[in-house]
Amino acid sequence: MKNKNTQVPPAEVKRRSMFGEAMRRLLQNHMAMGGLIILVAVILLCLLAGVICPEGYDAQNIAERFIKPCVRYPLGTDPLGRSLLARVLYGGRISLLIGFVATIIAAFGGISLGAIAAYYGGIVDDVIMRVLDIFSAIPSLLMAIVITASMGSGLFNCMLAVGISSVPNFARMVRGPILSIMDQEFIEAARLIDATDRRIILKHVIPNVLSPIIVQMTMNLASSILLAASLSFLGLGVQAPMPEWGALLSEARQYIAQYPYLVTIPGLAIASVVLSTNLFGDGLRDSLDPRLKN
Amino acid sequence: MGTKNNIILSIDDLTIHYITQDLGTCRAVNKLSLDIQAGETLGLVGETGAGKTTVALGILRLIQSPPGKVMSGDIRFQDKSIMKMSNGEIRKMRGKEVSMIFQDPMTALNPIDTVGEQIAEAIRLHMKVNQKEAIQKATQMLEIVGIPGERYHEYPHQFSGGMKQRVVIAMALACEPQLLLADEPTTALDVTIQAQILELINKLKRENNTSILLITHDLGVVAEMCDRVAIMYAGEIIEMGTVDQIYNNTCHPYTSGLFGSIPGYDETSERLKPIKGLMPDPANLPEFCKFAPRCEQGCESGKQSVPDYYEVEAGHFVRCHMCRKGRKTADE
Amino acid sequence: MLKYIGKRILWMIPVLIGVTLLLFLMQSITPGDPADLALGENATAAQKTEWRERYGLEDPILVQYGKYMWNIISKVDFGNSYKTGKPVTRQILQRWPTTFLLAFLTTIVSALIGVTLGIFSALYRGKWFDNVARFFGMLGISMPNFWFALLLIQLFALRLKVLPVSGWYGPKYWILPSLTLGILGSASLLRITRSAMLDNIQADYVRTARAKGQRESKVTLHHILKNAMIPITTNIGFQFSMGLAGTMVLEQIFAISGLGNLMVTAINNRDYPQLRGSVILVAATICVVNLLVDILYALFDPRVKARYKNS
Repeated sequence: MKNKNTQVPPAEVKRRSMFGEAMRRLLQNHMAMGGLIILVAVILLCLLAGVICPEGYDAQNIAERFIKPCVRYPLGTDPLGRSLLARVLYGGRISLLIGFVATIIAAFGGISLGAIAAYYGGIVDDVIMRVLDIFSAIPSLLMAIVITASMGSGLFNCMLAVGISSVPNFARMVRGPILSIMDQEFIEAARLIDATDRRIILKHVIPNVLSPIIVQMTMNLASSILLAASLSFLGLGVQAPMPEWGALLSEARQYIAQYPYLVTIPGLAIASVVLSTNLFGDGLRDSLDPRLKN
Repeated sequence: MGTKNNIILSIDDLTIHYITQDLGTCRAVNKLSLDIQAGETLGLVGETGAGKTTVALGILRLIQSPPGKVMSGDIRFQDKSIMKMSNGEIRKMRGKEVSMIFQDPMTALNPIDTVGEQIAEAIRLHMKVNQKEAIQKATQMLEIVGIPGERYHEYPHQFSGGMKQRVVIAMALACEPQLLLADEPTTALDVTIQAQILELINKLKRENNTSILLITHDLGVVAEMCDRVAIMYAGEIIEMGTVDQIYNNTCHPYTSGLFGSIPGYDETSERLKPIKGLMPDPANLPEFCKFAPRCEQGCESGKQSVPDYYEVEAGHFVRCHMCRKGRKTADE
Repeated sequence: MLKYIGKRILWMIPVLIGVTLLLFLMQSITPGDPADLALGENATAAQKTEWRERYGLEDPILVQYGKYMWNIISKVDFGNSYKTGKPVTRQILQRWPTTFLLAFLTTIVSALIGVTLGIFSALYRGKWFDNVARFFGMLGISMPNFWFALLLIQLFALRLKVLPVSGWYGPKYWILPSLTLGILGSASLLRITRSAMLDNIQADYVRTARAKGQRESKVTLHHILKNAMIPITTNIGFQFSMGLAGTMVLEQIFAISGLGNLMVTAINNRDYPQLRGSVILVAATICVVNLLVDILYALFDPRVKARYKNS
């Protein structure tokens, strides 16, 4: 009798969702994980500013100005005798806050615009794209400067300005994948069975653009922090005595010759947070779509 | 046992692996051996993923390394070892003595060079001609493949798929190669264009006595174009012989399965007859007969050891336990 | 080809109109009355009204816009500064070459460093050079340009004393500012160049070229690089506008009398005509540079050329 059981048991195929697969890749990416850890550490430190530096960011003590970093003042003191550590930690809260809020504003505006443009196509798409082109003719910093010039400076306006100037990026980033999804046939199939527009958007379109959105939000966080720091440096963003990191650098500028640590430290803070966010964002992008990995 | 002195290409026990970190070691080609005689067309047939393109790239030493690596074996062209050639020698060989037609004409051409220039490039590399002569010859090649010479200065995007493939053929044949490696030259094209392209290749072969390694998964093309056929499965040749032998005295169960899955035009049936199962994962090949999991015959030896290469009739080889001595033996 | 250029020029017009309209509308949402700032607190209501009439601020906003645009188009007149009352045009045109020069030098430095490093990074992918270059790329896009400038000033001007701290009086003064922005800008170009090169390195037609027996050097230069230049060129244009934005900040640090400096002063004085004039000039510069880049792009990519030749 021929043995019918000639099937060799198939190799163990671990069932992993695409998302799980991406997570695995991400966790193995040392640079990205390093970036994430630093970012989280900084966020935690800044949140604990009240515990670490209970005196607040504006505790002036003229007698103790310009002290270089030592045990008593781990980051030294500024021209008004305020602990630089306190200024940096509280300032971090502001910089990070602006970054997050601006990113949310940009994401909201950009995704809506991009999605509407891509989904409805035709003249709606044309109009929206032209408007975006106009916004893109002005670099983001300039746009943010113009907005704060019009609306005035201050924390809220700063967030708004940074957020609005980042909208075109989001809109474009979202429009691309949506357009290519729309081209695919399963959308037509869904339409044929009378799915409503809203359902199609929610169930089919959005999950497919989630990856680029997440990546863009991370990168946008980094660029928003930089943008906000630039604005404050120019005196247009957050106002004194709020210790936004860019503002700290602006104050320290005149003392660069005698007290360089006043310049080095806040800049280091900005650079490390932005770098770690960028590293994480890059790693995120690589893990979510390894085909793009170069 | 053909006359050995007529062999233009001989592959002996070639083994090529792709070594990656994420997916393990992909054993694309495993101890593969085949010969091509001067002036003959050898068909290399197999499913996608069988390793056919890898063999062709191996002949031209175009395997990307990393991750690919020729682990062992030799390829001899006109009795010179390709593996031992210097970089200079192999560059002289590429495009002149051995040239290749790639599968996808849409991406095989450089988008920012004119088609004429791309052909002329091959000519200038291997023939001692000046600029004007190169352009002349390239224009001639265009005409030969059926493209008006005036279109020399046009860019690939201005041509249809079929015409692009003709340009690729012109490029490959510009220097009158002795061996042409054609990797599924018509797969990306419509059936009607397919016929034209195949006819063109045949014509050029007849005129120049070119040997051809024709890689395809289409048995109809094989019947039309080839003198001999080698069937490839999971990186190995599992059956090889003349077209007549393979088509009329099919031995290996896989080959039978291939023929059986083609619907006949004179039968009525309700379902197609595919071969059950999938080709094994090249990163995870079994240590016994690689076709055993899908084999309808299901012999015991197949589940234990790799079968030898048996000659079932003159020039007809099969790698199957059950085909010893030219006839199917009963299961033991 | 001319058709292509013509189309791009035609394209610039709605963009510039949009930009100017935007700037105008921004002003209308600003809290406060410019007359207050210009004339001071002790001005009477009559004086303020008279001032506003002089500057045409009593008209409805769209009429103001129309008059403003008409003045620009017919007389190249950007209005008068709220603060000084003098014409804005002369000042912004005077300062434009400085800012443009700085942005231009920056772009050259970025391109030279970024593209070169990017090419080698791609060719030696995975090796130490690539890893170092990629880290530099990440670092460069993460550093605030004003901080980097201050660090370089500290090193070269204050410690080593080989370069001047500030000013813009000759080629020696150009070095530090353009190096600052140039190095940071090269990080972004490095990443893009690397990516474009890698895309092409794996392309099928590169394999075809090798199969024809072409030398590696020619394969790299002609087949890979020339194709990669297409996206790289467009990005160099983008780098210019980033450079221009960067000069806004750097002019503060290096005390350079350019448009950026003027802009910041204008904002502090609530001097909208001056602000508007500067921004419009910057936007127009960016548009023209992008146009030139588009033309360059068409030269590299025959598909674009052909499309417009036949249309």
